[in-house]
Amino acid sequence: MAKTLFDKVWDSHVVRSVKDGPDVFFIDRHFIHEVTSPVAFLGLESRGNSVVYPERTFATADHNTPTINQHLPVADPLSANQLDALENNAAKYGISHWGLGDKNNGIVHVVGPENGITLPGATIVCGDSHTSTHGAFGAIAFGIGTSEVEMVLSTQCIMQPKPKSMRINVNGKLGLGVTPKDVALYIISQQTTSGATGYFVEYAGDVFEDMTMEGRMTVCNLSIEMGARGGMIAPDAKTFEYLKGRSQTPKGADWDKAMNYWETLYTDEGASFDAEFNYDAADIEPMITYGTNPGMGIGVTKSIPNAEAVEGGVETYKKSLGYMSFNEGDAMIGKQIDFVFLGSCTNGRIEDFRAFCSIVKGRKKADNVTAWLVPGSHKVVDQIKAEGLDKIIDDAGFVLREPGCSACLAMNDDKIPAGKLSVSTSNRNFEGRQGPGSRTLLASPLVAAASAVEGKVTDPRTLLV
Amino acid sequence: MAYDKFNVLTSTAYPLPTENVDTDQIIPARFLKATERKDFDINFFRDWRFNQDGTPKADFPLNKEIYAGSKILVGGRNFGSGSSREHAAWSVYDFGLRCVISSAFADIFKNNCLNVGVLPVQVSPEFADTLFAAIMADPKTEIKVDLPNQTVTLVATGESESFEINSYKKDNMLNGFDDIDYLKNIENEIAAFAETRPF
Repeated sequence: MAKTLFDKVWDSHVVRSVKDGPDVFFIDRHFIHEVTSPVAFLGLESRGNSVVYPERTFATADHNTPTINQHLPVADPLSANQLDALENNAAKYGISHWGLGDKNNGIVHVVGPENGITLPGATIVCGDSHTSTHGAFGAIAFGIGTSEVEMVLSTQCIMQPKPKSMRINVNGKLGLGVTPKDVALYIISQQTTSGATGYFVEYAGDVFEDMTMEGRMTVCNLSIEMGARGGMIAPDAKTFEYLKGRSQTPKGADWDKAMNYWETLYTDEGASFDAEFNYDAADIEPMITYGTNPGMGIGVTKSIPNAEAVEGGVETYKKSLGYMSFNEGDAMIGKQIDFVFLGSCTNGRIEDFRAFCSIVKGRKKADNVTAWLVPGSHKVVDQIKAEGLDKIIDDAGFVLREPGCSACLAMNDDKIPAGKLSVSTSNRNFEGRQGPGSRTLLASPLVAAASAVEGKVTDPRTLLV
Repeated sequence: MAYDKFNVLTSTAYPLPTENVDTDQIIPARFLKATERKDFDINFFRDWRFNQDGTPKADFPLNKEIYAGSKILVGGRNFGSGSSREHAAWSVYDFGLRCVISSAFADIFKNNCLNVGVLPVQVSPEFADTLFAAIMADPKTEIKVDLPNQTVTLVATGESESFEINSYKKDNMLNGFDDIDYLKNIENEIAAFAETRPF
């Protein structure tokens, strides 16, 4: 019977199916970080359990870490306590740990792929909803809660009902200045913030085939923002090229064996999905959000829709615009901004820094803008330096910070102050997400760069030649 | 962590009709720094319940005395979207709530609730509207959530709707069981399966 990519990977990880219940689902790779794992270890110990397969779990510190002066002790005692807990738990159970300052340290969804831990056909979970990122490699990857982190540590399984399947096809060629982030924000604006709830998405079509691995990661990363548990893209030559030779990928005969399996990972002709959508690349322009969920996005040249024109309740919509201090019908272009954030598991990779630099090169940061440029990992920092991007950043009046989740969720000191407006390459524009009272416009690195040099929301196409 | 068994719950309810309530609102990220699971009620809906100076926002439903002590929250569509933080479900539980009713839940939040002893009850949009209208008309409106029979009922009028829950999770909630106990009991089967994995 014709099977989808998702079916192939899911079905091969079912240990057993519980009658009128979930599947017992085996997890190949498990990432943990300092915020959602400490209580899981406490639970494990209170039950007298241990970590059954420590070699399948990988720890990195990212959520609450500072992005300056990482060589100094972490000043916030609560954050320091969580970082210590992660380090101690990892040491106690023999889990590899990339703590603050480690050359492999960085955001969990950046370091997993760049070290070859993320593999096609694998099942990957982490106590973080953006685990969907790893689906770019043809893995089934999704976020879990702390109870499930404990399940994976103590049994290497979780109990999950199989989600429904959805395919989203985007065909055609993307226009000038249209990036993977724009493709994702466009899809989410069409699906709304909850349109894919209950589904696992496969992305297919020219647009994704043409994308780099970094771009595919950005798209899969944002799957959760339309409610999907995860998103995935069939692995191809680009995927294998990216993975080959990375520190933890299979080597020699194991690589060949893995390749034999990976080459079977595609959706069979005639396989059916529970839902399918088609979009045209030509309809997508650089995007920006105007509200308090990622589904509230429009082309950067457009105006904020009227409440009657959008799905959902009018009161919720008006509450959202009220929080943003925006009005129906406002143009987004030209809105004065205060902050720019380049980074996060969505847009903290080398390609994102290249895109940002393509605009700021030879220009200057606007005086009214505070900009935080936060690479996703130390490897990204190294690459930025190797390519000389640090010089462009410096010449344009920006400062490169140290890796971490930073202002995406503002658990560390990188908080946007109340009322301030930020153009952010991260993934969520929820109320207060970037700091209490902060206002967030989600956009691509190109829109962020153009806005950073102009000091207001700017269409990057006006600065690209 | 063990939770109280759930059988039949009859209670007044807090109404929160706002749609797309995300887990960053239920508990903001800056309050996720604990290494133990306790006292998550304190910062439950922190920025919606309190002004920046720490004074309560009197008009927010969770602060209204008339609803105090309710064990049910009726939320707007797409409740619990966003972050996977289980702290959101913990804060619901620690606030004294045992059941959230909505016309739609985000997947991870729903899963987390079931794992910590909070029953997510999904009803039709029409029935959700009926519940909101009843609570608005009379804040002391009682709602009966009957897990064995999988029904939710407005006590005063008898208006009722059934809800879905798979029999495995239902059994867990009724008995206070959890997934880890189940999984540990099939350890050998999992170990044999692990042997077959190529990486």
